[in-house]
Amino acid sequence: MAATLTTLPAAQVLGVSLLYLGLLFVIALVVDRRAARGRSLIASPTVYALSLAVYCTSWTFFGSVGLAATQGIAFLPTYLGPALMALLWPVLLVKCLRIAKRERITTIADFIASRYGKRRGLAALVALICVVGVLPYLALQLKAVAASFTLLTTGRAEAHGGLFGDTALVIALVMAVFTMIFGTRHLDATERHEGLVAAIAFESVVKLCAFLAAGLFVVYALFDGAAALFAQAAQDARLQRLWSFEASVGGWFDWSLLILLSMAAITLLPRQFQVAVVENIDESQLARASWLFPLYLLLINLFVLPLACAGVLLLGDAVPADNYVLALPMQAGASWLALLVFIGGTSAATGMIIVETTALATMISNDLVLPGLLHRAPTADLGRWLLRIRRAAILIVVLLGYLYFRVAGEARSLVSIGLISFAAVAQLGPAFLGGLYWRAGTRAGAYAGLALGTLIWAWTLLVPSAAATGWLPAQWLSEGPLGIGLLRPQALFGLDQLSGIAHGVFWSLLLNTAAYVFVSLATRADAQESAQAALFVDALRRGAGEPAVALWRGGVALPELRALLDRILGAERGEAVLQDYRRRRGGTVDDNDPGLLQHVESALAGAIGSASARVLVASIAREAPLGVEDVMHILDETSQVMHYSRELAARTEELRQANQRLRELDRLKDDFISTVTHELRTPLTSIRAFSEILTDNPDLDAAERQRYLGIITRETERLTRLINEVLDFAKLEQGGGEWRLEPVALAEVVRDAANATAQLYVEAGIALDLEPIDARIRVRADRDRLQQVLLNLLGNAVKFAPRGLGRVQVSVTADARDACISVRDNGPGIAEEDQALIFEKFRQGGRQSGGPLTGKPQGTGLGLPISRHIVERLGGRIWVESRPGGGATFRFTVSLETGA
Amino acid sequence: MTTKRVLIADDEENIVVSLEFLLRRLGCDVSVARDGAEALRQAQATVPDLILLDVMMPGVSGYDVCQQLRADARFAGTRIVLLTAKGREAEIARGRALGADDYIVKPFSTRELSARIRALLGLGTV
Repeated sequence: MAATLTTLPAAQVLGVSLLYLGLLFVIALVVDRRAARGRSLIASPTVYALSLAVYCTSWTFFGSVGLAATQGIAFLPTYLGPALMALLWPVLLVKCLRIAKRERITTIADFIASRYGKRRGLAALVALICVVGVLPYLALQLKAVAASFTLLTTGRAEAHGGLFGDTALVIALVMAVFTMIFGTRHLDATERHEGLVAAIAFESVVKLCAFLAAGLFVVYALFDGAAALFAQAAQDARLQRLWSFEASVGGWFDWSLLILLSMAAITLLPRQFQVAVVENIDESQLARASWLFPLYLLLINLFVLPLACAGVLLLGDAVPADNYVLALPMQAGASWLALLVFIGGTSAATGMIIVETTALATMISNDLVLPGLLHRAPTADLGRWLLRIRRAAILIVVLLGYLYFRVAGEARSLVSIGLISFAAVAQLGPAFLGGLYWRAGTRAGAYAGLALGTLIWAWTLLVPSAAATGWLPAQWLSEGPLGIGLLRPQALFGLDQLSGIAHGVFWSLLLNTAAYVFVSLATRADAQESAQAALFVDALRRGAGEPAVALWRGGVALPELRALLDRILGAERGEAVLQDYRRRRGGTVDDNDPGLLQHVESALAGAIGSASARVLVASIAREAPLGVEDVMHILDETSQVMHYSRELAARTEELRQANQRLRELDRLKDDFISTVTHELRTPLTSIRAFSEILTDNPDLDAAERQRYLGIITRETERLTRLINEVLDFAKLEQGGGEWRLEPVALAEVVRDAANATAQLYVEAGIALDLEPIDARIRVRADRDRLQQVLLNLLGNAVKFAPRGLGRVQVSVTADARDACISVRDNGPGIAEEDQALIFEKFRQGGRQSGGPLTGKPQGTGLGLPISRHIVERLGGRIWVESRPGGGATFRFTVSLETGA
Repeated sequence: MTTKRVLIADDEENIVVSLEFLLRRLGCDVSVARDGAEALRQAQATVPDLILLDVMMPGVSGYDVCQQLRADARFAGTRIVLLTAKGREAEIARGRALGADDYIVKPFSTRELSARIRALLGLGTV
């Protein structure tokens, strides 16, 4: 059937595209400005999760529907893998983040090279694999943009003609410019590119919205909902094969391999490493990302099958299945939606190009170009050169992608190109994973695995691709090279049950892993390598934020170090690096400090990669590198020290708190002693004064003598009471003393206590009212202690009731279990916040200070605490009811005697 | 020589009694206040030659009374002696800073107290 597609003018589409890219520039610029003012936008976990969605490229946007239209759910493994991986992030990615931040890792190549002893050779190999592996993937993005542009403007799906090629070039160049501006803002590649990340997160939103809009439009505007669409699809013979798992996937083994492949891809693709690790602000961002990112994947896959079905039903073979997403709205005449879909696809493509190029350019400059440059005559300002190299690398990468697209990119579908790239970066998997968890993995093993894996990858996946385009003899595929059947690229060693990709992934990863493991076991790591292995494998045990361990011996002449820093980072940054170290060390830097070498190495690593940084620092260090034994010793010591220092920190905190409690107690004790002292001095003053008066004045008359002697006696009694109170309390505190629990008639105790204090009340002119107490109420208590409580309460009440107008009432109530004794005064009352305090030892609450009765402490402040001790020991409780100005009522309960 | 007027401000009854006795023996005209506020009122009314001022009194403390009197020119000639049961260096210093002429720590020797008051009031030996 011939579909009629509504097209749009090329100028309009190009104009809108450029406007959109302009918007990206504005976003990146604004966010970078904000970041420069210290207000980071990308610290948000949501922005982080969205930036991770750079995983979804035009392959997802256009290719998933294309694949679904021919192979059903075969598109799913690509998203199941990352979703599964996201679950592992809190373990795996956290470790990577710790390592990357401490070692100042800039790229995945840097990461792997650093793990295996910071060798440039390994870094270069990984960088090469990434560049070669990812270039086709870049080309794929350009192809997708160009193809959708052609379709939208001409209605034709052929990938020929002049104009669309130029469109791809225009897009490529704009992307290159964007990346050069926002991807190389700082020499230090570990510094974040906030604008770039914000733009990527924005693109993730745009592509998701565009795809959902297309899905909703097709399902609800072109069909009557998903049910109707699928009902119609079920009748269509062309779609029958899609519902079979076997037909779509080829088998569980293929399926599992593809999931494994995409798990590797989400972790190892240079752009994913860039957004997930290098651009990460804080580990805490992971928590939200590990559910938000899978949710994003779910949403963007929601309409893949409906769109594929609709495409087959409405368009059939009129356009390639990869173009269904765009062609469906065009066929329905929805130009605005077609334009939106085009922008969404462009978002998906450009996001990938920007980040991938940034990461690849860093690898190219640091790992491929710089090593050669360092050996040449030293340039004065290498840093500026490095930025230029990085920018040139961006342009070259983008143009190579364009070239690849022009020369070879037209023969294959989006998905197959993407999967071949996935398979290439998956070769880093064994060395990466082993590096994180297997201490015995060696550099030789990594080399062997990477080399063999990549070779098999090229043979099983690149050669068929090249043979299909006629670059290599086609009989290699059918009969094997030189007729050797076992080496047939698509049926290596006779294995022909797997699909092309699964076959290549199976053999390359199997042999890669085998080579890595066996060669690692057969070789021994050198000192630097062992050290790095320990730092990587034990990364989580070292805790976040701890500085790198100094693996240098001896020192370096400061001027040389300074010259090196200036040469790479420029004078200003170089000075800043040294200042930073000085500040951390609290002042001076001495040139015999291995820590300084480590600090400088780290600073350089951020700019030029760990391998080159190591070589440069080694070239000026005074002493030979450490041997294996030394390194292991240092590491053990460091981890011990860290262990101890963490423990020490915990103990210090405990001590600090204990100390604070002690100080508080000490202060209370001082107050108490001061109060007691004052209370003891007052009667002593009278006693001494009158003794001296009596001694010095023999002429006093008898009445006066008697009066003064009486005062001396009373004050002596008062003194005794005070001393007893203090002793009582000390005894109660220690829980000591004999308690004789017996039935006690409450009425008697109250009467005795009232009699004992009657004199005080008379002197103060305060009325003491005893309400009649039922003589049958008997409580179980120690009679003397109970009386002490009553004496305390009556003594307090007389102190606080107003002289002359005071009135104190004592009453007793009883329920089934307890008797409750109340002593009410009409004094000034007690503020609510003090009502609990007054029962604590050494405190006298508002009665001593701040309240209306400031000035004089009343008694030792022990009366109420003593009473509380006694009441609680008798199984009751004591409390006060009061409001300021309204008097106070002290109540306490005692258990009734039940036996009698 | 005119009779010296002395104001005793203390809330401890028995101490007041002993001070009253000692001061009368020195031939002074004695009045008594039971708290800081009353001390201020009486001082305003009589402008005594000397005030024996207990530091820890209910309401307005001895320090407050001392400070307020020293801010008033009418009391330039009034001697102020602080009485305290604490007697720490810091308190003595504070009293001096507020303008107290002397500082007596409880319990005190009656002979010494008498001697100091005599000196402050410019009384000869009896």
